[in-house]
Amino acid sequence: MIKIENLTYHYKTSEYESVAIQSMDLAVARGEFVAIIGHNGSGKSTLAKLINGILLPTEGRVLVAGQDTSDPGQIWEIRKTAGMVFQNPDNQIVATVVEEDVAFGPENLGVPSEAIRRRVDTALEQVHMTEHRLKPPHLLSGGQKQRVAIAGILAMEPECIIFDEPTAMLDPIGRKEVMETVETLNKEKGITVIYITHFMEEAMRADRIVVLESGRVILDGEPKVVFSDVERLQDMGLDVPEVTLMAHGLRKAGFPLKLDILTVEDMVEALWQLL
Amino acid sequence: MAIVVENLTYVYDEGTPFQTTALEEINLSIEKGEFIGLIGHTGSGKSTLIQHFNGLIKPSSGRIIINGLDISGEKVKLSELRKKVGLVFQYPEYQLFEETVYKDIAFGPSNLGADDEEIERRVKYAMDLVNLDFETYKEKSPFELSGGQKRRVAIAGVLAMEPEVIILDEPTAGLDPRGRDEILRQIKRLHDEHQVTVILVSHSMEDISRLANRIIVMHQGRIELVGSKEEVFSHGDRLEAIGLGLPQILYLVKALREKGMDIDQGVINFDGVERMLIDRLGGLR
Repeated sequence: MIKIENLTYHYKTSEYESVAIQSMDLAVARGEFVAIIGHNGSGKSTLAKLINGILLPTEGRVLVAGQDTSDPGQIWEIRKTAGMVFQNPDNQIVATVVEEDVAFGPENLGVPSEAIRRRVDTALEQVHMTEHRLKPPHLLSGGQKQRVAIAGILAMEPECIIFDEPTAMLDPIGRKEVMETVETLNKEKGITVIYITHFMEEAMRADRIVVLESGRVILDGEPKVVFSDVERLQDMGLDVPEVTLMAHGLRKAGFPLKLDILTVEDMVEALWQLL
Repeated sequence: MAIVVENLTYVYDEGTPFQTTALEEINLSIEKGEFIGLIGHTGSGKSTLIQHFNGLIKPSSGRIIINGLDISGEKVKLSELRKKVGLVFQYPEYQLFEETVYKDIAFGPSNLGADDEEIERRVKYAMDLVNLDFETYKEKSPFELSGGQKRRVAIAGVLAMEPEVIILDEPTAGLDPRGRDEILRQIKRLHDEHQVTVILVSHSMEDISRLANRIIVMHQGRIELVGSKEEVFSHGDRLEAIGLGLPQILYLVKALREKGMDIDQGVINFDGVERMLIDRLGGLR
C-alpha cells in the first residue's frame, strides 16, 4: 500500500537546516494497522506529511498505491487514496453543520451530488455520528468532532488513513471513541491505518509498531516484540505499560517471567505459573 | 487553611432556558502545602470549580476563602487575589504574546508595579523553576521554541507572580512522555522546595497517583470522592462507573485479589506492588 524507499527529508530555513528523516525504508501492506511512536522531534509527523504529499522528499521516494508523491500530476489522486486526520479537531472543521463539513471533501473532488449524499450518510454511519448530522460542530465534544473529521476523510473513500496523534487533545472518553472508530475501520472496512501516537495503550492495539528516533526506524515489529525491549524504550523517553515495567523489574530481581507481558491478564498468568 | 469552600453552587445562564447547574453544594477545605489531585471527566465541574479559585467566576451562592480572604465578596481586589492564586490554563502556550521570553514572563509582575530589579529576580526565579536557562532563553522569541518549552514559558509567567496556591489544568495534555515527565518533575519541585500549595487537574490517574497527597474526584457538579490515595483507589468500582478507572497497576492488584491472593489495602503504588510481589515470589525459593 505504502512504500518508502531510501527517504531523506531536510527542513530548511534561511538560518538552519535539519535532517528530519534519514535514509528510511519502510513498507506498509494493504489492510495493516501500523502504529508509529517516538518522542517529539523523532520525525513522526514529518513522515506522515511525506506520505500524504504535504511535504516532498529531499531524497528517495514515497509510493502510495504505486503512485510517486513527487509527481505533481498524482497529488490529488494520492490525497484521495491516503487521507489524513490531525491532532486538533477544531482546526479541521470548516463548515457550520456536521454533514456539510463531511461533504466538503467529496465536493472538492467533483463527486456528483447524489453520490455525495450517499457518501456522507455512509461516512457518518461508520463513525456513529448520524444522529448529530444537522448539529453545528462547536456543540460537539472533542471525541465527536474528531469523528466528524474522520467522516470527512471517509467520504473521500480512501484506502488508507494516516492519523497524526488524533487523541492527543481529547479526554479519556473521547480517546476511547476515536480508538474504537479507528479499529472498526481497519478490521471491518479493511482500511489501511497508520497511527501516530504517544499513548502506549493505543499503540499496543496495532498489528505492528514502528519506533522512530532521529528520523530513523529503530524498532519495528509486533507490539509484544517491541515492548519487550523495555530499557531501550525508556532510554528514548517512551512510556511502557506499567505491568510490562513491573515484569521487567521482577525479571531483573531474578524471577523468570516471560518477555512479552503487555496486559494485566498476561501478568496474572505469568505470576500464577511461578506462585 | 489555604482554601475553604462553603456551600458553593454555580449555575450557568441562570434564568434562561439554558440554565445548568455546574456545581452543587460543594464543601471543601485544602490545607496550606497540600498537593491535591483533582480528577473528573469532561463536564464534571472541575474547570468551573478552579475558575472560582482565582475569581474568574463568582459563586451563584456560597463562599470561597483563600488564605483568610473571602473572594466571593463584591469588594475583593482581583489583583490581590492573582498574587495569591495562579491559574495555568489548558494549552497555556496559546496565550504567549510577547517578543521575548523575558518580556512574556515579566508581564504579570510588571502589572503588579514591581520595579525592574524585582521583575528580573522574579523572571530568573520562574525560569529556574521550569528549568529554562536564563541567559540562553531570555532574548529568544517564544515562538521559536518547541511545544514543551513554550508551555514551560507560559507556566513560568504564572510562577513569576509567586502565588501561594497554583492550579494547573491538564498541564501535560498533548505532550510526549518526556515533556510530560519534565513538567511533572518541576511541579513536584515547586511543591517540595517552595511549599506552594498545588492543585493538579488531570485525566490521568497515573500522574495523579504519582504526585498528589490527596485526591478529589468530581462527578456531575458534585464531589464524588475525596481522600488519600488509599481511600480513593479502594473505590475502584465507583471510579469505573463514572468513567475514570484506576492506574493499570491497581487493576493487577485487583485481578490478583480475585484469584485469591491476600493483598494489604495499603499497596497502592508501583513500588509497593513490586515489593509485595518480590516478597511473595522470593518466599517460594
